[in-house]
Amino acid sequence: MRTTAVAVRVLQQLRRDPRTLVLIIGVPCLLETLLKELFRGGPVFQHAGAPMLGLFPFVTMFVVTSITMLRERVTGTLERLMTMPLSKLELLAGYGVAFGVVAAVQATVVSVVAFGLLDLHVAGPRAVVVLLAVANAVLGSALGLLGSAFAQTEFQAVQFMPALVLPQFLLSGLFVARDSMPTWLRWVSDAMPLTYAYDALAHTAADVFDARFTADVAVVCGCILLALALGAATLRRRTP
Amino acid sequence: MTAIRVEALRVVRGGTVVLPELSCDVATGRVTGLLGPSGSGKSTLLRSIVGVQHVTAGAVTVLGEPAGSKDLRSRVGYMTQAPSVYRDLTVRENLRFFARILGRESEAVTRAIADVSLESHTDHVVSRLSGGEQARVSLAAALLGSPELLVLDEPTVGLDPVLRRDLWSLFHDLAERGVTLLVSSHVMDEADRCDALILLREGRVLADGTPAELRTRTGATSLDDAFLALIEAEA
Repeated sequence: MRTTAVAVRVLQQLRRDPRTLVLIIGVPCLLETLLKELFRGGPVFQHAGAPMLGLFPFVTMFVVTSITMLRERVTGTLERLMTMPLSKLELLAGYGVAFGVVAAVQATVVSVVAFGLLDLHVAGPRAVVVLLAVANAVLGSALGLLGSAFAQTEFQAVQFMPALVLPQFLLSGLFVARDSMPTWLRWVSDAMPLTYAYDALAHTAADVFDARFTADVAVVCGCILLALALGAATLRRRTP
Repeated sequence: MTAIRVEALRVVRGGTVVLPELSCDVATGRVTGLLGPSGSGKSTLLRSIVGVQHVTAGAVTVLGEPAGSKDLRSRVGYMTQAPSVYRDLTVRENLRFFARILGRESEAVTRAIADVSLESHTDHVVSRLSGGEQARVSLAAALLGSPELLVLDEPTVGLDPVLRRDLWSLFHDLAERGVTLLVSSHVMDEADRCDALILLREGRVLADGTPAELRTRTGATSLDDAFLALIEAEA
């Protein structure tokens, strides 16, 4: 009930900012189109198109969530909520639900564009790509909530994107196959949640639903719970 | 009856001692003014009472419970100094959200909007409102849960005299219904509107009592002069 109240409120705030909504939906569509044109719809586009579709929501929701939560901390609304009968978990879950909904819309629109207009092909079911995209969005939200605890200004929060998200992208296996990475980089890659998110998408694109796919999904879900738990720990009712 | 008891409260913020060892009582069903210049520790004391301030030592008891206990979260209303509402939502959306968190019906929203005279701005986005109007939205959010104790940090700053008078009469109406109010202000002319006063200076209680008592004790005619006399007597 209170979780729903938080989710509805976050969505109302987003609705007041139509330009952000257009950017959230429009930018990934534009980038998918760019990717297709750049590689003339060839194998590179077919290889990277589906993982990109599934990983966009992660990036978007990371940034949007960390800024929204930072504002909540800075403007005193978090302090007010902390004096009210709302548990930290209800608050975080509310955020997760709201951004999960936005991600579902984002992933659905982008997949309609990519599969329908841009002739992107995946061997596995498209619905699984969309579902993985939503899971990745919730993961992005959870990490964004955690990240916001370490930022004092919006500038800092925005810089966390290249600092925390770009390395994960580079090491996920999308750009260089993990087998051909230097050993130490593969270890780093092993420790990053996005590696598993990418791998699950790559498996879906190839229609290979083996034990590794199950493990990937389990790791992503585990990381969501871990990030939410750590995020909850950074929310303090009493502050200095 | 004592609504709030603060005993030997010590608060250190960022290496600075804000409240060295503060003790005071707030009586039930009255409007108590917490007065003092800015930087005297008013907000820190109020934050300690609502349980969001990290305290170093001492005890704060609110409505018979330790400050910040779970049970108090639906019994205490708190208004922060800066308007703590969502600037990108309308007045009604803000209050409806806080009402749902408090488990209140939409009648509570309508009543709170009327209490702070914002009926004509119900569907306005908060960021488009003036500073005083934003402060009143924030106050309305504190009123929503019909709390037994209202802790208000400078609720009347920047309001025009008519509104200030209306709000003070609202505070006294609430007190008559049994609500305890602790209201901070740095404006001494608001002191006369309170039933009881706590004068704070540099993290210490300079004096407390009713406005009449403080005048008699110092022989001053205005509370501003009384405050000065108390500072000089201490020096």
